[in-house]
Amino acid sequence: MGVEGIGARVTRKEDKRFITGKGRYTDDIALKDMTQAVFVRSPHAHAKILSIDVSKAKAAPGVVDVLTGADLAGDKIGGLICGWMIHSKDGTPMKAGAHPAIAFDKVRHVGDQVAVVIAETKNQARDAAELVEVEYEVLPAIIDLAGATAPGAPQVHAEAPNNLIYDWEIGDKAATDAALASAARIVTMDIVNNRLSPNPMEPRSAIGSYDEAEEHFTLYNTTQNPHVARLVLSAFVGIAPEHKLRVVAPDVGGGFGAKIFIYPEETVALWASKRIGGRPVKWTADRTEAFLTDCHGRDHVTHAEMGFDANNKIVGFRVHTIANLGAYMSTFSSSVPTYLYATLLSGQYDIPAIHANVEAVYTNTVPVDAYRGAGRPEATYLLERMMETAARELGEDPVELRRKNFITSFPHQTPVIMCYDAGDYEAHMSKALEASDYAGFAARKAESAARGKLRGIGLSCYIEACGIAPSQAVGSLGAGVGLWESAEVRVNPVGSIEILTGSHSHGQGHETTFAQLVNERLGVGINNIQIVHGDTDKVQFGMGTYGSRSGAVGMSAIVKALDKVEAKAKKIAAHLMEASEADIVIENGELKVAGTDKKLPFFQVALAAYTAHNLPAGMEPGLKEGAFYDPSNFTFPSGTYVCEVEVDPETGKVEIMQFVAADDFGNIINPMIVEGQVHGGLAQGIGQALLEGVSYDTESGQLLTGSYMDYTMPRADDVPSFNVMHTKTVCPGNPLGMKGCGEAGAIGSPPAVINAITNAIGVRDISMPATPAKVWAAIHGNA
Amino acid sequence: MASISMTVNGKSVTGTVEDRTLLVNFIRENVGLTGTHVGCDTSQCGACVVHVDGIAVKSCTMLAVQADGRSVTTIEGLASGDQLHPVQAAFREHHGLQCGFCTPGMIMAAVDMINRYGANLDEATIRHELEGNICRCTGYHNIVKAIQAAANEMAGLTQAAE
Amino acid sequence: MYQTTYHRPSSLSEATSLLASASEAKLLAGGQTLIPTMKQRLAAPSNLIDLGRLDELKGITVSGGTVTIGAGTTHYAVSTSADVKSAIPALAKLASGIGDPHVRYAGTIGGSVANDDPAADYPSAVLGLGATVVTNKREIAADDFFLGMFTTALEEDEIIVKFVFPVPTKAAYAKFANPASRYAMAGVFVAVTSGGVRVAVTGAGSNGVFRWADAERALAANFSASALDGLTVDSSELLSDIHGDAAYRANLVKVMGKRAVTAAG
Repeated sequence: MGVEGIGARVTRKEDKRFITGKGRYTDDIALKDMTQAVFVRSPHAHAKILSIDVSKAKAAPGVVDVLTGADLAGDKIGGLICGWMIHSKDGTPMKAGAHPAIAFDKVRHVGDQVAVVIAETKNQARDAAELVEVEYEVLPAIIDLAGATAPGAPQVHAEAPNNLIYDWEIGDKAATDAALASAARIVTMDIVNNRLSPNPMEPRSAIGSYDEAEEHFTLYNTTQNPHVARLVLSAFVGIAPEHKLRVVAPDVGGGFGAKIFIYPEETVALWASKRIGGRPVKWTADRTEAFLTDCHGRDHVTHAEMGFDANNKIVGFRVHTIANLGAYMSTFSSSVPTYLYATLLSGQYDIPAIHANVEAVYTNTVPVDAYRGAGRPEATYLLERMMETAARELGEDPVELRRKNFITSFPHQTPVIMCYDAGDYEAHMSKALEASDYAGFAARKAESAARGKLRGIGLSCYIEACGIAPSQAVGSLGAGVGLWESAEVRVNPVGSIEILTGSHSHGQGHETTFAQLVNERLGVGINNIQIVHGDTDKVQFGMGTYGSRSGAVGMSAIVKALDKVEAKAKKIAAHLMEASEADIVIENGELKVAGTDKKLPFFQVALAAYTAHNLPAGMEPGLKEGAFYDPSNFTFPSGTYVCEVEVDPETGKVEIMQFVAADDFGNIINPMIVEGQVHGGLAQGIGQALLEGVSYDTESGQLLTGSYMDYTMPRADDVPSFNVMHTKTVCPGNPLGMKGCGEAGAIGSPPAVINAITNAIGVRDISMPATPAKVWAAIHGNA
Repeated sequence: MASISMTVNGKSVTGTVEDRTLLVNFIRENVGLTGTHVGCDTSQCGACVVHVDGIAVKSCTMLAVQADGRSVTTIEGLASGDQLHPVQAAFREHHGLQCGFCTPGMIMAAVDMINRYGANLDEATIRHELEGNICRCTGYHNIVKAIQAAANEMAGLTQAAE
Repeated sequence: MYQTTYHRPSSLSEATSLLASASEAKLLAGGQTLIPTMKQRLAAPSNLIDLGRLDELKGITVSGGTVTIGAGTTHYAVSTSADVKSAIPALAKLASGIGDPHVRYAGTIGGSVANDDPAADYPSAVLGLGATVVTNKREIAADDFFLGMFTTALEEDEIIVKFVFPVPTKAAYAKFANPASRYAMAGVFVAVTSGGVRVAVTGAGSNGVFRWADAERALAANFSASALDGLTVDSSELLSDIHGDAAYRANLVKVMGKRAVTAAG
């Protein structure tokens, strides 16, 4: 390991601009003659739009234009799409309703956009937005997912009778039914996975700019995947063909999934810029708008039955889940409760038969799509709550029950598509148990009891599938895109390097870790390497960053491109040093002839490539290579988390006394950054378990958690310092042996917390978030 | 409209703004310093923290006219030339930031915290003092470490100077 | 935020006359509640009168068994005042737990009490200590000041100048914070004063801060946490929301009351 190479704890290159206030986020950009957009949003969860009168708003000071859904339709701007086709178990395709960028006949959730006001200043636009007169006929709303398919429930989209988008299944139903019928014991649970709001700290923002002379659009946008945004806005929404639309994702202040999707607001900003003659149009959400429009996450209710034989080995697992997709189907929403969820229901366990039935429903709520972990937290929560409860009810130690059912040989084909390539579940469980002094828990519990506190401990053994994803496989499952990644390595004549990548960093530190990879391979100092990303004019194509894919997929693409650069550099070096190409090795930034003292520094080889005075016969000048990498499989990070809590029985307040995370991420490029990813994921998972939950008034559909006054964001004093550690089984599926680390913390932690709380207070279940009020009620039998 | 003048990062600036203009908007739009961010509407996230006359305030909860005649320091004014403030350096050294959006407010809050507590900052105090700053990326773990390290280093510098 | 006209008087008398003459005017103290409310367009004063630079409203003095705190004194100043810490440590402690550090630098006692948010901390201290609210027009006893949620005895042209707190024999404040907003879900201020035991509860009541008479009687007989054991708090007058129903708040009032009594010693 070099000081800047793979495995080194290098401080981040990108930090300087952020710590000095020089980051450049979308809202920091001010273009010449830029206007400001404010949306008029529906105050009703479900209503017909009878009329819209924009005349007063148009006459207000500073107003440039006021546009409605009718204007949008008149310009033949298409609606937003869901890019993953799911078929119901009867073979019919999912039933998706239209998703116009501005509603024109009906509004379907509080916050749905009905008009946009464009003015010289944001205050003027806000003032005028209040003058837009919208006449509504309020309709009954369906908010509660469990009642969405009930007869007589209000219908969100005519295309989806009974609000049922699809009724999908996976696994062998007959085998699972038979296994459960023969089981010695069956453990049954009804589990709710609470709805969350992702809340990246930077609110979404978009600047649309139309160049009339070139008939060319530019979009600056808070997006995790600028090329996907361009593809959708071109091919489906119909803003402009791809060569006439540039999408730039400058610094992006966190994403967590919420910035994957293509939203109405960027569509409108682009279109509106053309409508008003090319002046740029900026929209930036305020936090309330973020709660009302950023896609939410999770929101499942599940009935599950797990069968065990007389030796407490799992024989079958049957799951029925209703997933709330909100009022419209967002970009990848359909895939989350299906292929990202039910394919992980085997967990770390050898389960011979699994059957899952998932019904996705429309409700009059904000659309639901991927949020950090996306489907995998829901699977892990279900499974690990089942295992903990089963252990208690079967009278077996939770550790032993898990150990007894662990998968121990690889590759392992589960009954739900996934083929696990590598893992050692015992290794991280042992490590986590030792680090948490699991054996000494009883003494700590007694000590807490002496202070009048209830102490509990809980485990979670998670597995996830990330490094998304093999294109052919996801294509066969309904994905509208391939999920490969691209990279280009440009070596300059002086030997400095630009790496162009389709991955996008919004906090993950790619500018550092990707440079570490290049340093490892070519010996070039990381300060002589520039990572270029987030601009469709610079990077030819890419699929972006989500699903913990930038390492396993994005960096693998860079490896492939580096292989080509290296091969050419070796040819040049061999030619210059009159040696055999096979004898050239690259070490510490030098190309050496093995077994001799002949060597050339890398920059001289680069220079030779560009002077082209003395290249091998027939070789093209220059040193620049590109590659596309399509993974052969998902990667399967896994880990064991141990959470220990202390509950104040008088108030119900839960304090986390320790949190141990032992993860297997395969090979690690920069441990400092990986630990940071885990810390953040853990805080979000603990947030889901203890603090966070989107709440609606189930009658009116009003969002009750529309600001930080009511939506509890984890603060510094809500979480402990984390005890994070790693074990390693190398991923055989990609050249660097890496697994993903971005989502693990959020996937693995919620059940550990809830298992600890239920252990502490002696109840079977408590729903997330386990707020003080809820915990107190559970302790006192009022739940 | 109000004509206002103030010192921002040691330079005097003037402007004519609507009375309802918030200090954060004046800093971002009139002065052109975009390191100070807005992350919420309810004065809770702390992405907008700046120093006014040496103390940390939320610039989204102060009108620009209220800062008339005052001295404002933003994240851009913290370093001396190329010399990072010890808190900035500690955030980098300890990986106390990921996406960077909350970072300016975090750092300005941390500087104020250290000004008040000196080296007497234990983990519990730091976590409590961060009540007004929300981070979604780091889980706070490394922010706490960075502040503690910076507090210790600044106390050492003070001692060395004495 | 709607359009507004900002005024910065240089004296209390100028502020008083501005308040009398300007239409739909609001006083701007620390602004930590008013400005967020205006940003959300839930308040729309045509005129804003900034009291922030009136030195005559600031300062803390201790004399003759009272602590006098100017209405424009910040939470930070109260929480760090050696005089307050020595005379009424419970008051300093309460101030140190309001909002967050940035809010405490800007927010003022006058602004908090005048606003009378049902979940604010200060009203419980004013009522629990039996303070006197001194305005530009008169003196108002705490018991006559709080009239319900966001409602006080202040008249439209009245400005709080200072608070006079009698120094208690002992006092303490215990609060359970709302997990999201960090305002009080139940905050109980307990004081033993020359006039007897006073117990004021904030955060929980659907009519704002209130005195808990049962607790006062029980503690007068026996000033110990166990004296509250037998009491039940009537939940019909308590707030209920997504963070906790009235039964939970009733429990918190009792638990925080006991903790305050224990802390008072």
